[in-house]
Amino acid sequence: MPNIFIILLLSMFCVSHAHAQTYGVGSKVYTENVILGHLAAQSLEAAGFPAQHNEQLGGTRILWNALLGGSIDVYPEYTGTLLEEILPAAGINSREELVSVLAAQGVGITDNIGFNNTYALGMRRSQAQELGVVSISDLQAHPTLRYGFSNEFMERPDGWIGVSAEYGLAPDYVTGLEHALAYRGIASEDIDIIDLYSTDPEIAYYDLVALVDDREFFPDYDAVYVYRDDIPTEAVAALQRLAGTIDEARMMALNSQVQLDLRDDAQVASEFLRDTFAIEVTLANDTMWTRLWRNTIEHLQLVIISLGFAIVVAIPLGVLAAKFTRLEGLVLGGASILQTIPSLALLVLMIPLFGIGALPAIVAMFLYSLLPIVRNTHAGIKQIPAPMMESARALGLPNSLILRRIELPMAIPSILAGVKTSAVMNVGVATLGALIGAGGYGQPILTGIRLDNLSLILEGAIPAAVLALLVQWLFDALEKRLT
Amino acid sequence: MCSRLTLVDNPRQMEIQFARGFAVKTMIEIKDVSKTYGRLKVLDHVSLSVEQGRTLSMIGPSGCGKSTLLRIVMGLLSQDEGSVSINGEAITAQNRLSLRRRMGYVIQSGGLFPHLTAFENLTLLSQYIGWTAEQEEARIAVLCELTGIDRALLARRPGKLSGGQAQRISLMRALMLDPQVLLMDEPLGAIDPLVRYELQNDLRNIFSKLNKTVLLVTHDLGEAAFLGDRIALMQGGQVIQDGTARQLIDSPATPFVEQFVTAQRSPLQDV
Repeated sequence: MPNIFIILLLSMFCVSHAHAQTYGVGSKVYTENVILGHLAAQSLEAAGFPAQHNEQLGGTRILWNALLGGSIDVYPEYTGTLLEEILPAAGINSREELVSVLAAQGVGITDNIGFNNTYALGMRRSQAQELGVVSISDLQAHPTLRYGFSNEFMERPDGWIGVSAEYGLAPDYVTGLEHALAYRGIASEDIDIIDLYSTDPEIAYYDLVALVDDREFFPDYDAVYVYRDDIPTEAVAALQRLAGTIDEARMMALNSQVQLDLRDDAQVASEFLRDTFAIEVTLANDTMWTRLWRNTIEHLQLVIISLGFAIVVAIPLGVLAAKFTRLEGLVLGGASILQTIPSLALLVLMIPLFGIGALPAIVAMFLYSLLPIVRNTHAGIKQIPAPMMESARALGLPNSLILRRIELPMAIPSILAGVKTSAVMNVGVATLGALIGAGGYGQPILTGIRLDNLSLILEGAIPAAVLALLVQWLFDALEKRLT
Repeated sequence: MCSRLTLVDNPRQMEIQFARGFAVKTMIEIKDVSKTYGRLKVLDHVSLSVEQGRTLSMIGPSGCGKSTLLRIVMGLLSQDEGSVSINGEAITAQNRLSLRRRMGYVIQSGGLFPHLTAFENLTLLSQYIGWTAEQEEARIAVLCELTGIDRALLARRPGKLSGGQAQRISLMRALMLDPQVLLMDEPLGAIDPLVRYELQNDLRNIFSKLNKTVLLVTHDLGEAAFLGDRIALMQGGQVIQDGTARQLIDSPATPFVEQFVTAQRSPLQDV
């Protein structure tokens, strides 16, 4: 038993320190930010700083916390987001104030990359003309229009909360959804109003109009890099040289190549660096099979390590709950509460404690898989018939022997069923791990959703489903052998 | 160690026969025992004793407290008042485990562990206290002969045994360490009538052969009379009458005893 523990600890250690020598670059879940992330990573590489790009992490909060926590060193951000979302309480009025407030947190900021990607509300050109809507104020007259916003926009003070208050909008129907899906929703006329980034190539592609912000509510969203100020000045210079190189038209063109022409985002970034700075970056040329192999290894690692720890911890907890009535409520209740936390929320909660990557995902999955094993161990022991326990005690067997030879063996089928539940569940939860940089089958799914690329989605979804079935089958076989 | 394993040798048998005729030693002594569950008084100042080598049958309606009393003697429950001693030694928290090993316990459904083979069921405790494989085999050979169990059956799990076989093996398990005392809670309660009849005969032979002190709980008056030297009839947590079957039938202490004794159906009563 102690050996298993040491192996698990070691594997955990390996996971968390695999990239200790490289610089971490993060990016948000949408294409533009991913391209900017590639640009930063490749520019760092070219300047002699090995960089690891954690693509499409969940959202602003995840990246900002990862930066402060040191799990990444740099990521692309927008000034408006810094002012309104990250540092709203600081009351910043000028660039100088922003720089000094960031510096106080150990964060540096580059000059503007060269474009302003502001928020806008958009609708189909045809519908806008039909209704005579030109500006956001005009929407007041049409409360029956259906609104669909990215989840982050819904929650942000500089997003829907602020806009609706500023313009007095109270539509009948507002829903939150993935930004990439919003375009499909508006194209299929399921929704009428969405939030836009002004550099989204889909605006032209789907023939949408950005409504005039006639009360000038949205602040500027100048793209910049924010970085930890403990990175070397040469590394800062490698980021700073990208400043002023990409204007709005250029960014929209880069976005369009990836989003609409379905070209590889790292490739698009490297071509930009070659054309602008004559920097040649060699890219690892992944085939589908190498990606699949890597994702499988990452996914299995997440599932096996988290499940291993859960088994080692949950079975003794289940035994304690079954043996001591006083602990019963505490243990079962505690595990149940953990289970009620939505898996995505639990993942995000882990970031302040463990940064980004496999470690926080493993901890979250570990906590998540405790309940089924604890509950089944408890139930397995409790359901042993009273006469059976009486016989064991009447024989004069000591309690430790009763537990080892009678109770645990008799509870095995129930415990095994609990482990199976946790294992199958973990295979599913692990696909969310990609949102906090844990990799696995979630990675192609995320990219596939972002690019509206079904084959990429399936590249993650099919193996995840197969793995879940395989795990189920494995445990069924084990169950048959043991009973 | 070897002498411990020898079940019955003739000089000892003679000594016991001799003892039976003269001085008798009290093996189980129950003094003034009370037990309450919440507001329900399950045992109300019960006193009983069983002499060495004798069998006492406890009988009475469901809920009369007979099984509770048996569990208290086994040390599985503790009484609220009174005392229980085995061979002069009072049951305490300290000696409970060692006393249990000097008593054999057989319950209605046998209580054999379903995930272990019959052999593993038999040797669970002996293995723990450090018997060698030879010692176990020797003891099992004796017990197989005594209970009429084929050694080959012991490789099976309880699920693959008949009810009668399971009860015999359960008895073997109770006798494994050659205890002084046997406690049996409805040992034949779930056995079909033909096998039950046969087992009753076998049990009586075994009791007299081994000279064990036996406390038997049953709800069947015929069985109580057949196996027991004495019968204790219980009602509402009290011993109503303690005597031979003949005494219970001929001079019932209360109307209840008379009722209980006559409430036995003869197969021919309506013919």
